[in-house]
Amino acid sequence: MTAEPILQASDLVKRFGESTAVDGVSFSINSGESFGFLGPNGAGKTSTMRMISAVSQPTAGSLSVFGLDPRTHGPAIRGRIGVVPQEDTLELELSVRLNLEMFGRYFDIPRAVLRERTADLLAFTQLSERANDRVEDLSGGMKRRLTIARALINQPEILILDEPTTGLDPQARHLLWDRLYRLKREGVTLIITTHYMDEAEQLCDRLVVMDHGSIVASGTPRELITHHSTREVVELRFNTDSHDGYHDRLAPFAQRLEILPDRVLLYVDEGDETLRLIHQEDIAPMSALVRRSSLEDVFLRLTGRTLVD
Amino acid sequence: MSTPTDTRLGWSRWRRSWWYHATYYAQTWRGSVAGTVLFPIFYLAALGVGVGHLVSAHSGLVDGQTYLHFIAPSLLATTTMQLGEGESLWPVLAAVKWIRSYHAAAATPLEPLDILIGKLSWVVTRALATGVVYTIVIGAFGALQSWWSLVLPLIGGLVTLAFAAPFVAYAASVQSDASFIVIYRFAIVPMFLFSATFYPISAYPGYLQPVVQFVPLYHGVALARSAAYGQWPLLPTVGHLAVLLAMSVVGVLWGRRSLRRRLVD
Repeated sequence: MTAEPILQASDLVKRFGESTAVDGVSFSINSGESFGFLGPNGAGKTSTMRMISAVSQPTAGSLSVFGLDPRTHGPAIRGRIGVVPQEDTLELELSVRLNLEMFGRYFDIPRAVLRERTADLLAFTQLSERANDRVEDLSGGMKRRLTIARALINQPEILILDEPTTGLDPQARHLLWDRLYRLKREGVTLIITTHYMDEAEQLCDRLVVMDHGSIVASGTPRELITHHSTREVVELRFNTDSHDGYHDRLAPFAQRLEILPDRVLLYVDEGDETLRLIHQEDIAPMSALVRRSSLEDVFLRLTGRTLVD
Repeated sequence: MSTPTDTRLGWSRWRRSWWYHATYYAQTWRGSVAGTVLFPIFYLAALGVGVGHLVSAHSGLVDGQTYLHFIAPSLLATTTMQLGEGESLWPVLAAVKWIRSYHAAAATPLEPLDILIGKLSWVVTRALATGVVYTIVIGAFGALQSWWSLVLPLIGGLVTLAFAAPFVAYAASVQSDASFIVIYRFAIVPMFLFSATFYPISAYPGYLQPVVQFVPLYHGVALARSAAYGQWPLLPTVGHLAVLLAMSVVGVLWGRRSLRRRLVD
């Protein structure tokens, strides 16, 4: 993997009228890297993706993709990237094969090359047997795979995936992840937005967490957990309608304590040891669980538990 | 990995955009082609021959022509107007909102203007083909009287562009199709009926004649008649062309703006 940036953004801003979707973000993505954008709905992930994909113009700040400015070199940049949008934009009435071939013509790929590439991509996404079926008849996972195949038709150097596995069943998700690994091994730079933390941990070398248009944390998944959470989490449930009363009794045991309606979370370094100490104090939870801290804990800590719609 | 770059002029991207529509149509043409061939036959048989029989028995010539000669060119104009409308309202809203195929295209080297030009040039291509079919059918009914009839398909293409361009622009700017049926009922159908389509403008009372001249389709009907008769009065011809060209140009500029807002903002 070369460590030279393929994409650089500094103080990137996107405004729509009065509202600011992206509020001065800076990041740099290396060639061959797999880079994630995490954040709740409305955090500015999709707006950032659209600017990177050279379909939306930044309001302010600087952005460079392949060393080119998307404001002036949109077609050239878009010719070298692949985009998997949040919603599939396939031609439902046409066949799987034609969806790929017609899209490939947008990039002016010669027909003979296109035929060969279409066959390869259908095999790669396990859709060869459905090549002549109408897209309308495919399952959600198949449509998603076809969208990814379509995004690869121009052999992009950067593949941008906006929530690639939302709505898929576990089998379809794992198949998709597997294909993305393979692309990464072939040297394709992956840029992924997701709100599935397991997906981010699986796929991303580095990631940033966005909230309200800003980057609130960045690093490798492990670094983020180390910086923003503890090594382990103890989850306790008590036989009560409200867990609020346990705050003062449990606070001394944890570096950080969170009271939820149905349970108490203690952020600690040694979960089993903490549990032993709690039992010694005659505090008797109905159930207790010790688990490793995850990216989800980091995410919820940084972006809050309030529902965002 | 290869590093293709796209530094060519827009026309290469226009061609690719046009080709996408052509390929799509090649897959789904069966429903529409029957109409293209059958409608002119139905209309000319029912109105040109059937109603024409009554008209000539009653009042002889219309505008110095038999009723069949009179009505054949106006049917070409109304049909190409409806083609411009039908290909532009729902299909474009689908492409920007429901199926989102224009969003997919905007993620490729194509710019919004390329998408617009590809779309319009494809609709005009269909209008030219429809115009050729109409001209042949009109000829088969024995209603061609001038070599100028050969430009009828071109006039059909211009009429389609003059309506398709602003309709594409409008459809790309709305959030729902609620207004489309209103446009159809209160703009398309009245224009179909009242553009001196079925009787000459002299049949209207004097104070209504200038109003009819404000109806966009009237200019398409008038040009089609000029071609069919081989008579091109200079000033009116320039005026009719100017109106249709102005609608096309305004539509393209408006369409570029609304597609930009929709796709790349």
